[in-house]
Amino acid sequence: MPSIPLPHAPESAPRLRGDLGVWLIILAELLTFGIFFVSYAFARSRDVAGFNAAQATLDLHSGAFNTVLLITGSWCVARAVQAVRSDARSVGLRWLLAAMACGAGFGVVKLAEYAAKLNQGIDLTSNTFYTLYLMLTAFHFLHVVVAMLALGYLAVRLQRGAYGSHDSHAMETGAAFWHMVDLLWIVLFPLVYVLR
Amino acid sequence: MHETRWLNAAWVLLLAATAITYVLGEMGLVSQAGGWFLAGLGVLTVVKGVVVIQVFLEMRHAPALWRWLLLGWLALVIALVALAYLLGRA
Repeated sequence: MPSIPLPHAPESAPRLRGDLGVWLIILAELLTFGIFFVSYAFARSRDVAGFNAAQATLDLHSGAFNTVLLITGSWCVARAVQAVRSDARSVGLRWLLAAMACGAGFGVVKLAEYAAKLNQGIDLTSNTFYTLYLMLTAFHFLHVVVAMLALGYLAVRLQRGAYGSHDSHAMETGAAFWHMVDLLWIVLFPLVYVLR
Repeated sequence: MHETRWLNAAWVLLLAATAITYVLGEMGLVSQAGGWFLAGLGVLTVVKGVVVIQVFLEMRHAPALWRWLLLGWLALVIALVALAYLLGRA
């Protein structure tokens, strides 16, 4: 008797998307960055004038543009997963590459920001604001790099025919890590660039 | 198609919230708006965080425990940041 392939699992059963391992990593990262964010906020409360003055030297446009890039990257990653779940692999690959372009753009903007600050003589020891700003954003940037590597791996595998409606687990796992990076920046941007 | 609309709507909403956040930053409204500025920024950040958590991270399809862990993280961090901000204004 021929086996009848089951349709993709219905959305009715609650299910964590992606590997449990990446979710444990996500929880750990949220905890770590959460502590960083709150530490920044309390450090700021002890020197509001100093922080406001230093924050005014930040490039708000770069921060805002980077937010747009990460948000758009998340949208592309989500659309990629959706495409792969529908067996539209080549469409999914294009969405993945678009997400990686957003991540690369973020990297370029971030490095340009750092270069500009270095040229102004600003570094980790300039003042408390800049110590925290540089540590926070650099630590976050490292996570963007890891997310890009994950997307790159998925793109290579996808291009070779892996993943589809039968198996989108790896796609969901990489996507979850990317979205975490986006979520962290969504808190970081208003906290560091805007809150005054 | 239904799922696509969710994703597209999420993206547009996130962009709009970012645009407003940016404008708040550009206008530097603290001296005039004070607490309202903080509240507005907080609301925008919560909205953006909820959209990423519920739609992109698909927590709306996930077990309740995980959904509330992530939403709880967002609420707690923003609440503590707000507390620190208010302490700084005191």
